[in-house]
Amino acid sequence: MSLDSLTPLLASAIGAAIPLVLAALGELIAERAGVLNLGIEGMMLMGALASFMWVATGGGLVLAVVFGMAAGLASSMAFGFITITLQANQVAAGLSLTILGSGISAFLGRGYVGFAAPTSFSPMPIPFLKDLPLLGPSLFSLDLLGYSSLVLLAGVTWFLYRSRAGLTLKAVGESPVVARSLGLPVTPVRYLAVAFGGAMSGLAGTYYSVAQFKMWQEGMTSGNGWIALALVVFATWRPIRVAIGALLFGGVSALGLYFQAIGVNVSTFALASLPYLATVIVLVIISSDQETVRRHAPAWLGKPFYDDS
Amino acid sequence: MIGLRLVPRVVPSRAMLLVAPLLAVVLTLVVGLAIFAVLGQNPLHAFRAFFLDPVSNANGVSELLLKASPLCLIALGLTIGFRANIWNIGAEGQMYLGGIFATGLAIHYNEAGGPWLLPAMVVAGAVGGALWGSLTAFCRAQFHANEILVSLMLTYVADLLVKYLVYGPWQDPAANNFPITINFGDDALFPLLASFGWDWWEGTRVNTSVFITLAAIPLAWFFMDRSFAGFQLSVAGLAPGAARYAGYRERRMIWLAFLIGGAAAGLAGVTEVAGPIGQLNDRWNPGYGFTAIIVAALGRFNALGIVLAALLMALLYLGGEAVQVTMQLPKAVSQVFQGLLLMFLLGCDVLVNYRVIRKPRAVKAPAAA
Repeated sequence: MSLDSLTPLLASAIGAAIPLVLAALGELIAERAGVLNLGIEGMMLMGALASFMWVATGGGLVLAVVFGMAAGLASSMAFGFITITLQANQVAAGLSLTILGSGISAFLGRGYVGFAAPTSFSPMPIPFLKDLPLLGPSLFSLDLLGYSSLVLLAGVTWFLYRSRAGLTLKAVGESPVVARSLGLPVTPVRYLAVAFGGAMSGLAGTYYSVAQFKMWQEGMTSGNGWIALALVVFATWRPIRVAIGALLFGGVSALGLYFQAIGVNVSTFALASLPYLATVIVLVIISSDQETVRRHAPAWLGKPFYDDS
Repeated sequence: MIGLRLVPRVVPSRAMLLVAPLLAVVLTLVVGLAIFAVLGQNPLHAFRAFFLDPVSNANGVSELLLKASPLCLIALGLTIGFRANIWNIGAEGQMYLGGIFATGLAIHYNEAGGPWLLPAMVVAGAVGGALWGSLTAFCRAQFHANEILVSLMLTYVADLLVKYLVYGPWQDPAANNFPITINFGDDALFPLLASFGWDWWEGTRVNTSVFITLAAIPLAWFFMDRSFAGFQLSVAGLAPGAARYAGYRERRMIWLAFLIGGAAAGLAGVTEVAGPIGQLNDRWNPGYGFTAIIVAALGRFNALGIVLAALLMALLYLGGEAVQVTMQLPKAVSQVFQGLLLMFLLGCDVLVNYRVIRKPRAVKAPAAA
């Protein structure tokens, strides 16, 4: 494989990785607060539709991002209310959020299928850096959302490891009981973490509908919300590893397209199944080392917490 | 919040166990009718069109049974795992594999069928679903991989497998490149109830596959509520620590849950391809595998409850299809109702374990408490 063929491969790997990074970072924060939200797919679809509806009716990109994130956030608050306040089972509530998000977006989006977004994000190559071999046309020629994902990655990393608020978040996720007795605002922290996860999933949806595919289609996220969930486990709840994992998954998807382009005689359906199979294999490899997973997983992950204050 | 607070109950309320699902149904109805009103439809007309008209004749009842039957079957299978906190979310994929295995036989023996063909397809479908489920069981039991994610990923793979087959090797050569297999012969189809000279069912599509579900209901009840293995699964779900202390083997339970759940979903797949569809095609994705999760939750993970929940959920499907025709509303309206119902149910369940009381007037805490 020459450098010339590697460049587009890397570019499409990064393109596929961006929404995964966004959604997985959001979920990572929620899970670090002990709340497991399986509804990423539903929140992504809500965000994707909200953004697309806005640009399709002549709106601009800034508010498209705002509405996308708001749609994700609003969906996550429905989940937050029944799990955090009403103590519902997080697994079941997350599933219901995915079902509801897919249903509502398909319902409201029926008039928006089949045409391209009139405005969308386009690549903004960085001067000089864009001329670098390999990285120039891939990493330094992203669109605004792509660069934002890098900034958010740095921000989340700093927040978790260098800020006091990050410490509070982790304390809540490890043991809300102890955090409560220290006077930390457990319930608000859990809500905020879920809200952040929702907004980030919404943003990932925005990326799909007005940056990557530039259109709306029912169920257009095709399981990527679930792959983002797997990424958080793969990364053992550490942000930098989320990015590495996303790049890996992006690479697997890109490899499928690449094989097709160079005319390898493999069924397109087999190639399309690669990211899903890769997810299973990666989960198996990571999980077989239970020691590491247990050491890094938030101790209270997925459990309800009754706040009697 | 808003002057209300939750106080844990000492003992879960038995009454609320029944009230919560009913309350959830009522809330779903209210919100659903409000949605219709916002869309400019008369809510009462919409209610009739959605819930009453579809089942007002023999044909409607037949369609209701055709949808409730696979839903019930899958939900019964899934419940066995859910009770033990083993989350098989991939019943949809296991159902596809059941359909694929059955279709393989139906196509291969299209010319040389016999009365043995249908029973063989039923067995093959159950085996196919169980095999697909066992992939997840293996990843979970051997490597502790999260069963939710693995079973879901495999559902996407199963969907692609169906597409590969109907666009490729199994495509009907006479179908002008449409992604469908040949139509099954009579030996590969469940006989219609109407074909037994039962006048009331004349002209309807309901077939003998409903008897599989009817047989599965008491079996599932017996297994869950009267067998030792079922008891172990419940203990594992309610008190994992106690289950470990008692020496119940977790791996065995994981395998049991996925083999039974997969087989039930596979059977449901057979009843579809060898029933109303009569072939395999790429648009066969009614989402029964996912809806069955709601059915199990709404039915309170209990055999009788699941039967009722399956009928209700089938009605939501039928209603969705009916308003699609009469009111030009998208089919996704069923999915919205389903999602709302599950969401409300989970919310209402708080009443089982908590009492809602008025917040006492806030007392100012001393500065240094």
